[in-house]
Amino acid sequence: MSLDAPTRGGVPEPVWDRLEPLLPRVRKPVQYVGGERNATVTPWEDAQVHWALCYPDAYEVGLPNQGLMILYEVLNERPDALAERTYAVWPDLAALMREHGVPQFTVDAHRPVAAFDVLGVSFATELGYTNLLEILDLAGVPLHAADRTTAHPLVLAGGHAAFNPEPIADFVDLVALGDGEEVVGDITDVVAAAKAEGLDRRATLERLAGVPGVYVPGLYAVDYAEDGAIAAVRPTTDAAPARVHKRTTSDLDDWPYPKQPLVPMAETVHERMSVEIFRGCTRGCRFCQAGMITRPVRERSKRGVSEMVEQGLAASGYSEVGLLSLSSADHSEIGEIAKGLADRYEGTGTGLSLPSTRVDAFNVDLAEELTRSGRRSGLTFAPEGGSERLRRVINKMVSEEELIATVSTAYEHGWRQVKLYFMCGLPTETDEDVLQIATMAHEVVRAGRKAAGRGDVRATVSIGAFVPKPHTPFQWAAQAAPDVVDTRLRKLREAINSDRSLGRNVGLRYHDGQPSLIEGLLSRGDRRVGRVIEAVWRDGGHFDGWSEYFSFERWEQAAARELPAYGVDLAWFTTRERDEHEVLPWDHLDSGLDRGWLWDDWQDALDSREQDDCRWTPCFDCGVCPQMGTEIQIGPTGEDMVAAGRMLPLTPVESRTSTPVRNPALSGGAAGSDP
Amino acid sequence: MSRGGAAAHPSAPTVAKVRMRFAKRGRARFSSHRDVARAMEWALRRAGVPVSLSHGFSPHPRLSWIGAAPTGAASEAEFVEIGLTRDLEPSTLAREVDAVLPEGLSVLDVVRAGPGALADRIDTSVWRIAMPGVEPQALVEAVAALEAAPVVEVERMTKNGPRTLDVRAALVRVDVMPPLDDRHPNDARSADDASGDDGRPAGDLLGGASDGAPEVSDLRDRPHGSACGTLSAVVRHTTPAVRPDDVVSALRTVAGLEPPVPVLATRTAQGRLGASAELLDPLEEDRATTGREPHPERHVGEDRPV
Repeated sequence: MSLDAPTRGGVPEPVWDRLEPLLPRVRKPVQYVGGERNATVTPWEDAQVHWALCYPDAYEVGLPNQGLMILYEVLNERPDALAERTYAVWPDLAALMREHGVPQFTVDAHRPVAAFDVLGVSFATELGYTNLLEILDLAGVPLHAADRTTAHPLVLAGGHAAFNPEPIADFVDLVALGDGEEVVGDITDVVAAAKAEGLDRRATLERLAGVPGVYVPGLYAVDYAEDGAIAAVRPTTDAAPARVHKRTTSDLDDWPYPKQPLVPMAETVHERMSVEIFRGCTRGCRFCQAGMITRPVRERSKRGVSEMVEQGLAASGYSEVGLLSLSSADHSEIGEIAKGLADRYEGTGTGLSLPSTRVDAFNVDLAEELTRSGRRSGLTFAPEGGSERLRRVINKMVSEEELIATVSTAYEHGWRQVKLYFMCGLPTETDEDVLQIATMAHEVVRAGRKAAGRGDVRATVSIGAFVPKPHTPFQWAAQAAPDVVDTRLRKLREAINSDRSLGRNVGLRYHDGQPSLIEGLLSRGDRRVGRVIEAVWRDGGHFDGWSEYFSFERWEQAAARELPAYGVDLAWFTTRERDEHEVLPWDHLDSGLDRGWLWDDWQDALDSREQDDCRWTPCFDCGVCPQMGTEIQIGPTGEDMVAAGRMLPLTPVESRTSTPVRNPALSGGAAGSDP
Repeated sequence: MSRGGAAAHPSAPTVAKVRMRFAKRGRARFSSHRDVARAMEWALRRAGVPVSLSHGFSPHPRLSWIGAAPTGAASEAEFVEIGLTRDLEPSTLAREVDAVLPEGLSVLDVVRAGPGALADRIDTSVWRIAMPGVEPQALVEAVAALEAAPVVEVERMTKNGPRTLDVRAALVRVDVMPPLDDRHPNDARSADDASGDDGRPAGDLLGGASDGAPEVSDLRDRPHGSACGTLSAVVRHTTPAVRPDDVVSALRTVAGLEPPVPVLATRTAQGRLGASAELLDPLEEDRATTGREPHPERHVGEDRPV
């Protein structure tokens, strides 16, 4: 679409020849060269709609992102579309690019991002917002949606953070709510038609506003009341719906992506074959935005899982498999899946793992199955809250006895280290709640020594600061101030070390509370917070998720400069509790959860009343299923994992080798003698 | 219970070893040794090659790496030794692995390992260093100054801070190569040969004369009309190693030569320095003891030139 980028016959010129001489001068240049195994480069003219998919963080974090990898493949399978990828470049290269006039580029064919029709940006965290501005600026795309013309890409935001896109409403043209697999196709259809009909930008956006799940912030006005709160959010045209409902991909077995995982040359944070075994979660942990906005639970069948693992390992060569979801041990057929995969890949140098939030003996059984023939280093449990009272507040039900019994089992079965995850700064939390983490850690070490019969067991306590998130029962809560969190964690450290014998076997990991406060500002902010984001970026802020780049002072000062004009401040957005009737910035965006149910659940939290998991118990009327026309999808699925001939080794595995792939060209072995 | 060193399935023994020469070209030259090692391990798994595993708590595939080219440098002569749980035809293994390597990595030669350590057969590299924007005549003069100096010390930042090394002591010979346009396009290797009579390892299993093709395109893709002085340097492996960048630094030190843009270095050969300063192919001895493979077909230019 862009007219600004240099083109040859409508095809944008790659920037590689200008980029290459800069690469020897930067750190880790391999992250900018592309050429990943399974990457796709489609001739520009073969596609009508050109997508640049962006993860607004460093390549090493962005490359393994499953969401981006899925959409990359889904779009590239369409005959009328092509998709390339772009990531945030580090400041060393960004400076050289500005000096030499090299624009933000895709790593696939090194085309300028400004030449694409759609720039789709996936936000896993709000701390990527300043990087969005940096990427737009490097791309030569106007920062403000209002300043863009038909020549510029449509800037689309997606991902979990997009469930409250208001802080970046001025910088994006479109927002996609919910699962992306189908909506990217619908957007492609509309953009292709708009290009064919020669529609201008405004008309294109109005048509896109009619796509279910697509929110066009520029077609809405926000009115503010005297007290600084929002009075109303209203569409300014009939083309925009009053409420935008999220998209839900109903059958995961219809979407077995990624089929061909990208295998980078550069080192990245997750080097494994990841398979999403289900989407959604019904545990109802009240702090967990992901669990709330991805309902209902939709399981991939055990056959679907095993086929994806087999195909993905062959296509990638990875030696690790991650069975991903929000709480993978909760898959209704996880026992069979674990056993089937462990049988299939035993002796092939393939490691299996899954993230789990459960704290029970079943978790240990499962881990034991998965590590049957591998190493057992650490096992992770997430009690989340230090005291039983607090765990009722957050709806994470596990008793101290249960936890101790579980970790004892883990130590007995050979694990040397147990990791425990907690949060600090939760609603109603007191110093006493946090100090109970020390008691629990001591108990864990004591029980572990007894169970393992040795003194050198280890427990690591990892603590994250709680950030209230939109579309959760805690969306009304006051966030704890950084000094409250920091003080509690200091007291916790003292308490852990008060018993030297036990304390020396406990590791404590935490981050200070300041970045979390800014994450809180960006999570629950409205359009006025966009002024702060832009001010911070203009002041040099970016890579805010990285402690070496994050500056609390910069954010604090920008907030103090930009917000008072609106009669609000940093505290108003963060440490202030909201009342039931306040209009929240995201109220017009529908995640399927009934607002009344969320409020009731918030009241239950304050009364320390827990809520059951609707996967196993009757519906508690959160609203998602009737609202979205969806339902929980769980097993049993009946089908075998994979046709036995393909799934099982043809000969019993007697010894280990290094690969699960059977290559007929190599299976015969060599002749005994040379020709 | 099976864990730690007492695995239920002990690693299968190494029954055969192969030695592989491979190339790192085009944009893959920006990869580090660690990147290449990971990519090779994954490619071997994709190809279904039964690599043997080490014993112990955390088994890893038995790959022995020798003298990796630095990040940013291309190479036509990287070497790795691979332990196998089954004996395989080297040519089949070469073909199957080459087919699944990422863009820029190519298998050039695979032989069954004979007796003796591969590392003992490698003590010298030949580097071709192209310097876009440097007039060949200026390069000739700088090289003459370098050859005339008894000691040329340069400083390089290492993990342990700055280190000083004598480039001159490691240099066996340096030659300025004739301008590319004066050579036949398919004859890029002739210049390498000039560096040491026989810089090219004998008996290329897969590549033959086509090996040079991607490198030629590396040079030819650069803007026409601009000068590109190119030298060939035979460098003895010392500790710390003298890298192509150090040779360029040495030219800067002795003659003030300042390449306007980053140079493009390619290792064209590795081996042992013979009595008359020729480089001996380290895999030749294995071929002699384990038998010569027939030359398989190979498609030229499978890697996209960058």
